[in-house]
Amino acid sequence: MTKVLMSGNNIIGEAAIRAGCRFYAGYPITPQNELTEYMAEHMRTVEGGVFIQSESEIAAIHMIVGASSAGARVMTSSSSPGISLKQEGISSMAANELPGVIVNIMRGSPGLGNIRPSQGDYFQATRGGGHGDYRTIVFAPATCQELADLTMNAFDLADIYRTPVMILADGMMGQMMEPVVFKKPKPRQYSEKFMLRGAGQGKSKFIRSLILDAIDMEEHNWKLARKYQIITEKETLHEEYKTEDAELVIVAYGTAARIAKGAIKRLRENGMKVGLFRPITLWPFPELKLRTLSKKVKNYLVFELSTGQMLDDVRLALQGYADIGFHGRPGGVVPTPAELANVAARHYEKAD
Amino acid sequence: MMTKTIFSGFGGQGVLMMGYSLAHGAMNKGYHVTYLPSYGVEVRGGTANCTVAVADEEITSPVSSEPDNLVVMNSPSLTTFQNKVTHGGIIFLNSSIIDARPSRQDIKVYAVPCGDMAQEVGNIRVANIIMMGAFIKKTGVVPADIYLKSLETIMGSRKKSAAEVNRKAFAAGYDFAKD
Amino acid sequence: MAKKLFSRPKSLKEAGFHYCPGCGHSITHRLVAEVIDELGIRGITIGVPPAGCAVLAYNYFDVDMLEAQHGRGPATATGIKRALPDRIVFSYQGDGDLAAIGIAESFHAANRGENITVIFINNAVYGMTGGQMAPTTMLDQKTTTTPAGRNKTLDGYPVKVCETFSQLKGPTYLERVTVNSPASVNKAKKAIKKAFQCQMDGLGFSLVEILSPCPTNWKMTSVAACKWIDEVMSKEFPLGVFKDNMAAVKKPAEAAS
Repeated sequence: MTKVLMSGNNIIGEAAIRAGCRFYAGYPITPQNELTEYMAEHMRTVEGGVFIQSESEIAAIHMIVGASSAGARVMTSSSSPGISLKQEGISSMAANELPGVIVNIMRGSPGLGNIRPSQGDYFQATRGGGHGDYRTIVFAPATCQELADLTMNAFDLADIYRTPVMILADGMMGQMMEPVVFKKPKPRQYSEKFMLRGAGQGKSKFIRSLILDAIDMEEHNWKLARKYQIITEKETLHEEYKTEDAELVIVAYGTAARIAKGAIKRLRENGMKVGLFRPITLWPFPELKLRTLSKKVKNYLVFELSTGQMLDDVRLALQGYADIGFHGRPGGVVPTPAELANVAARHYEKAD
Repeated sequence: MMTKTIFSGFGGQGVLMMGYSLAHGAMNKGYHVTYLPSYGVEVRGGTANCTVAVADEEITSPVSSEPDNLVVMNSPSLTTFQNKVTHGGIIFLNSSIIDARPSRQDIKVYAVPCGDMAQEVGNIRVANIIMMGAFIKKTGVVPADIYLKSLETIMGSRKKSAAEVNRKAFAAGYDFAKD
Repeated sequence: MAKKLFSRPKSLKEAGFHYCPGCGHSITHRLVAEVIDELGIRGITIGVPPAGCAVLAYNYFDVDMLEAQHGRGPATATGIKRALPDRIVFSYQGDGDLAAIGIAESFHAANRGENITVIFINNAVYGMTGGQMAPTTMLDQKTTTTPAGRNKTLDGYPVKVCETFSQLKGPTYLERVTVNSPASVNKAKKAIKKAFQCQMDGLGFSLVEILSPCPTNWKMTSVAACKWIDEVMSKEFPLGVFKDNMAAVKKPAEAAS
């Protein structure tokens, strides 16, 4: 197993191709251009690889809808404003039960915002984002190794549940380099019966999300809901770090969780018992695991690079069970571990 | 062991290359490492910087609150970052173009005239490698031979003569820092 | 035994159309299905119906179909075609779908010379939503959103897709036809067949625009609607071939092989 030093954006591209992604469409936007460029450079070197620089984010997502229906492993990527444009297609993928991976390398928002790392798209990612009653599996990697592993897993889950899966990272994750080892991808398991490849001599098929009969549409919604329930039961991931003896637990994901770990190291050097609860899937959110932790720990600090979005999910899990504080730095600001340690220390003392 | 270093300078001075080569060397030494560059509009004709963390354990945060080392290749970088350096830390500065010196007394400062030295070596563009020679000598973050091997790997396909110049430049910086 | 002169094409399912009496969609559906039968491509064809009156096209065409979101047909078809280059992929679109909300997707698929076929129904009005202005609505034409008639100052001019796309180097075959008489129906079928043939020969983007009667929303009888196409609509949207590069594209392709 050789280690390679690569940037997050390139790691996602490499992991996707290794996982068998053979169709990528995208539109340039900072801070994820390296991923689009990586796919342009490498798709042409693999058999059957297709890269399209589309005319828009909208076209890109609908191109992968088409290719997914044709049976290809597909991916598109963008950053916050571009992901807003893709929502129509993500809703369509969820409704049509088409697998695919969507990467969001978040930047400062709303509006055009800036190109600095941010976590302002949590609501959009975890609540479906587009119109209608659906959810998207959302992975929030915090290390380059996780970017590699979770990108591969994302393709597998997309196929198993026939649903779009999102990798939610930020500008820092996209640009950062760490040594990674690419694991061996699993062989693809996706039945041809879900693909449109021409009817041959047989019966023709169609894939559509227009269901005019309300009762039928209701059943389609419930069918999706049952699927989301199974995903919630089986696919929730989180990490607990130094929570065994913790008096205070920071809840953070992605880049914020890395900063939190740095802060925790400082706090522990000063004798404060602080731990970390890190959701790895943002949807499904590890609600029950967090509530279980509240039997031991009663003091929590949610830390996000936003004004407080995951905070809602933490409240749903912990309200009435524990104290919940919040520290947020939206807009592209990345605070240092020292800053967060100071905030956490005040919160730590308050609880005594 | 955990060492965090910020490299900073003008875009075009090879600042990101300094950090990347250090990160590569650290990986080859078997250390944990993170390399975090500035990006986008920041590096369009302006200043560029990167943070490299090297450790023999899991690296918690790639963002540095108080870097152990600061390597500055131009004056604005010194102004921006000097007060972030931890107590007892080291600042390496390119004294060929930086006239100012840090006012802090609690840190070590190494002034390396790497711009002038690069001209002596015969290629102004290797000033960054000269600085890396001094940096490796003084900090020992990674052994010199491993660093040089990484440098060669990174330069890879480029001309042999370039590898020779880099080797000479590194040695010049390394020897300079001996004194 | 009497000779059978006319029957349901194999590529049409045994379902009655939901289209209004006098609507050009039904005729066009039949023509497309006949062409698919005649070219023997039913088993390798994948269609992309739009949002619009033809949204239920998958209930009629007996070929694999993926319904596109409004206007995104050419992007969706691009995805299918690039993933399965040996299949025949067509997108079926109305005027709002192609020339308003999906103009970018259509324009760029054409400009890439994407090897797909687009069947474009131009009936100068939004049919499914109840008769609002389309990008192809005529000046002074009354619709539910232009009650005083389309005003060039406020609403702009009818969008001419064939003329506009003919300025691009990407497309190979562009023709505008109509289906308002037996003769024009025959002509339309020839154009549709040529467009599919263009794709089968790997020659690139083909589009057939069909001036299609919409008696319901034009508030006319079917006969009057057919007449209106001749007397009014085809003056703004002249019939004919706007681009035919098939021979020119074919030559270097053959020389290479």
